[in-house]
Amino acid sequence: MGRLRSLLIPGVDKKLLVKDAVKAMPDLARRRFIAGGASLGALTLLTGCDVSDSFSADTLLAQISKFNDAVQAAIFNPYALAPTFPESAITKPFPFNAYYEIDDAPDVDGKAWKLEVRGLVDNKKSWTLEELYKLPQVKQVTRHICVEGWSAIGSWTGTPLRDFLKLIGADTRAKYCWFQCADAEGYNSPLDMETALHPQTQMTFKFADEILPRAYGFPMKIRVPTKLGFKNPKYVVSMEVTNDYKGGYWEDQGYNSFSGS
Amino acid sequence: MSSLTIGNEHAAPTTPRAKVIQPGWVRTVHWINAVAIVLMIMSGWQVYNASPLFRFSFPASITLGGWLGGALLWHFAAMWLLMVNGLVYLTLGFATGRFAKKLLPVTPSGVIADTKAALTGKLSHDDLSKYNYVQKLLYIGIIVVGVVIVLSGLSIWKPVQLQYLTALFGGYDIARYVHFVCMAAICAFLVVHVALALLVPKSLRAMIIGR
Repeated sequence: MGRLRSLLIPGVDKKLLVKDAVKAMPDLARRRFIAGGASLGALTLLTGCDVSDSFSADTLLAQISKFNDAVQAAIFNPYALAPTFPESAITKPFPFNAYYEIDDAPDVDGKAWKLEVRGLVDNKKSWTLEELYKLPQVKQVTRHICVEGWSAIGSWTGTPLRDFLKLIGADTRAKYCWFQCADAEGYNSPLDMETALHPQTQMTFKFADEILPRAYGFPMKIRVPTKLGFKNPKYVVSMEVTNDYKGGYWEDQGYNSFSGS
Repeated sequence: MSSLTIGNEHAAPTTPRAKVIQPGWVRTVHWINAVAIVLMIMSGWQVYNASPLFRFSFPASITLGGWLGGALLWHFAAMWLLMVNGLVYLTLGFATGRFAKKLLPVTPSGVIADTKAALTGKLSHDDLSKYNYVQKLLYIGIIVVGVVIVLSGLSIWKPVQLQYLTALFGGYDIARYVHFVCMAAICAFLVVHVALALLVPKSLRAMIIGR
């Protein structure tokens, strides 16, 4: 009782205080919402249970992930180059990584393969591998960082994507380049245009100076050293320049869509 | 006549009222930080499990997120809570003079004497508003660890955009170890911190109601 009294402010009418407090109280629905949120948090802390099945937690986390996309796009510096390394730093053997075993990797026939080009581009012609090999190529030795946390340094050679976008008359004011792959499950991934135009973003045809092996994405991989590995699609069969967000294999399952390094 | 009553009312409550040990802002940022750090550690363990640095993984029952993607969503959401709250804490800590008053000075002889006293059960907890030297050292230490874990985390998240920060940690791979070691240091701190709060319940009460 003594403690209660000490909480009261002298000179303030108790009845008026209570009246004001009641007025300031949120409505029942709001109070229920707060109580629900509190118990959700408490459950997480006490039991470590997975509460991400819960609708509200899921929605909130997805919204924060979208906010994180915007933050990353805002701090993305189109002139900042990913660090490059000497050839001696290349990781050997370079890891194979996918959601399938290496024997199940797409086995693309390079002679029959064509890169399909769609969307907001002037020239929608498809490109054979022979035609693409004739384009000027550059080599980069950069660090590949996987969303899982591990990293490996590799050597990739190919045509800067921005040169190709210029060549086909792509509308570079569009929001995305959306890539589709030869995987049975239809791997795909959207790449924001600013990153697509980054000088190190590359249509890769060679790994360690050899024609890109099947394990690393024959016949063509998109190498993006400013993104996590899953945003570097392998076995690419088509590219669409678009303003629509078309989602991606991992992005749709919850990996952050921008996932910039 | 009226001025007399007002004067009396003002004088009355000051005498029995205990002094505030933990001001409102300290209590607020403390508990927000407690939630943020638990979310960060539990989701961080799940992220660790996707590519363990050592020969062990964390049991799924004590991790958050269910799988790597879910854990990353939690981690990159709670990081805002941790960072914004941490910045408020550091700003107010310096601006109000609380850090200077409560955490300084720390002398080696003081730390040694208080460690001895603590181990022999002679350390006094009569005045909770004053930290002993061991407390001062641990609280300064955990603030530094908090800053380093955020910076190493940023350098893992943005090794291209923040490449100079990443380089400061010795590169991407080493930054991951730094991030892990800071987590381990926070866990060790938490064990001692929570155990002592339970042993000296009035310190826990002060962090809840202020007095």
